[in-house]
Amino acid sequence: MLLSPVRHVAPLVVLVFTLAACGGSSSSGTSSGGTALVTLDGSSTVFPISEAVAEEFQKSNQNINVTVGISGTGGGFQKFCRGEIDISDASRPISASEVAACTKSGIEFIEMPVAYDGIAIAVNPKAAWADKITVAELKTLWAPDAQAKVKKWNQIRATWPDREIHLFGAGVDSGTYDYFTEAINGKAKASRGDFTSSEDDNVLVQGISSDELALGFLPFAYYEENAERLKLVPVDDEKADNGAGPMLPSPDSIKTGTYQPLSRPVFIYISKKAAERPEVQKFVEFYMKNAETLVREVNYVGLGPEIYGMVTDRFAKRHTGSVFSGQNTVGVTIDQLLNKERAQ
Amino acid sequence: MRKHADLIFQLVSLSALVIALAALAALVFDIVSDGAGRLSFQFLTNIASRKPEEAGVYHALMGSIWVIALTGALALPIGVAAAIFLEEYGSRSRMARFIELNISNLAAVPSIIYGLLGLGLFVRLMGMGQSVLAGAATLALLALPVVILSTREALRTVPNSIREGSYALGATKWQTIWNQVLPMALPGVLTGLILALSRAVGETAPLITIGALTYIPFAPDGIWSKFTVLPIQVFNWVSRPQPEFKANAAAGILVLMVLLLSMNAIAIVVRDRQQRRGRI
Repeated sequence: MLLSPVRHVAPLVVLVFTLAACGGSSSSGTSSGGTALVTLDGSSTVFPISEAVAEEFQKSNQNINVTVGISGTGGGFQKFCRGEIDISDASRPISASEVAACTKSGIEFIEMPVAYDGIAIAVNPKAAWADKITVAELKTLWAPDAQAKVKKWNQIRATWPDREIHLFGAGVDSGTYDYFTEAINGKAKASRGDFTSSEDDNVLVQGISSDELALGFLPFAYYEENAERLKLVPVDDEKADNGAGPMLPSPDSIKTGTYQPLSRPVFIYISKKAAERPEVQKFVEFYMKNAETLVREVNYVGLGPEIYGMVTDRFAKRHTGSVFSGQNTVGVTIDQLLNKERAQ
Repeated sequence: MRKHADLIFQLVSLSALVIALAALAALVFDIVSDGAGRLSFQFLTNIASRKPEEAGVYHALMGSIWVIALTGALALPIGVAAAIFLEEYGSRSRMARFIELNISNLAAVPSIIYGLLGLGLFVRLMGMGQSVLAGAATLALLALPVVILSTREALRTVPNSIREGSYALGATKWQTIWNQVLPMALPGVLTGLILALSRAVGETAPLITIGALTYIPFAPDGIWSKFTVLPIQVFNWVSRPQPEFKANAAAGILVLMVLLLSMNAIAIVVRDRQQRRGRI
């Protein structure tokens, strides 16, 4: 009496897969235990801020869980516009195509600047020759047509050594990359492709600090965490109206807008639908209330109470849309940000 | 002359063994010297933090245990059932041989590929999200080929006379497999399962692909919960710039090693028990 073997195996397989499939539609808003969940994802530049806020938030709100992912600004917006996450961390404003993607899936968002960040140009501490660099020189180095051509230090400036230059930069899915290419090459996402890139800024720190011939760009906050392992290169935009001569990034020069064009605001975007949930509201309010202190603690520059107040107000009114709506933020200072906020 | 060759071969084999063991010892020593100072009860009960001295592995350890337990629960029945079909029912057909060849190939597929499959199939298509279940299902796919192959090997070691004896007493094929063959093969099956799970518990790539690289400061509370696991927590700490996190990473590795060794210990105990019972 031979039983068909399929009858033994099939029920097991079917059982497991139906078991797997049936709960599949459970909402992403809450986890199974009844604790509320707030999900963030996106820029690795904004990650330290959101992580710090999440950590402090959970100390006082034990029944709300907060998760923070690192997918890069572009990756974060992809998930955000698919409705997979509540809040998107972004180191540049949402782009026109991302707005379109969100609109298509019916996701409205509230844009909230949370801090100021500068992009630092860093070299290895042993690279004594790199004392300053102009924006034009940076463009020579990073322009798309420099690929496979500009390979040595003395091709940028004749007095620099006749040795190879090793380039490091933020990954192409990061807002830092978008902003850097926009500010230096004049077009977002346009740069040479032959450099070591990573969405994880810590990888860049590791790379530059172990290579004498390295030059790279990375968020200023990551430099401050590693000040003894990296050397900053002052950047000269050759314009007199915002502080003449080469400028080093510092909290002060970023705040006053003299470190140009490589300083910028960073944002969080909250889905309007998610903002209806009390746990998300609570988290965003906590974020704004503690931003100034925590932003400073993780080495970013705070926006000041006035802007935080306005932004909190905007959240309370559920004011959707982007102030920058697809434009770039190159050269936007805190004052201008303030005016943009007022105009809303 | 022949004696010399014998001696040389012996020395070469011995030095190969010494090199392998020395590398392992150096690795363990390095990790212990970096991480032992960081190990404490608090390290085990604290959750992730941006401050290295406050950070712990509780959430990641619980995540690993959840994921591995569920992976085993998924991989064991499917893997054993598939192996029984191939070995006991279809071993002579051309189809079965073709399937077996493919399973052997699957065992060698890089784990990141399973991660991409898991992302597309479990996370997106089946809508599981970045849940413990999605992670376990992905790792179960990774573990299945090893479980199937080792189960087949174990089934092959059961002497045919046992099967024939069972048939002679009037047992059906199903009764023979369930009551005679499987119990005898169980030690081999369990060894294969533990080997597969030991590989799975150290996997990072497929879980990063499905989105477990996230700051998740809580232990899973069910199969739909979000999670992170020990190797990912270690990866996260290594990639942080502050040197204090390196010590945390080393301590995390130690916790992972203890978890792995205790899994293997359980396997050995279970296997020995079963073997004694099997002998009658």
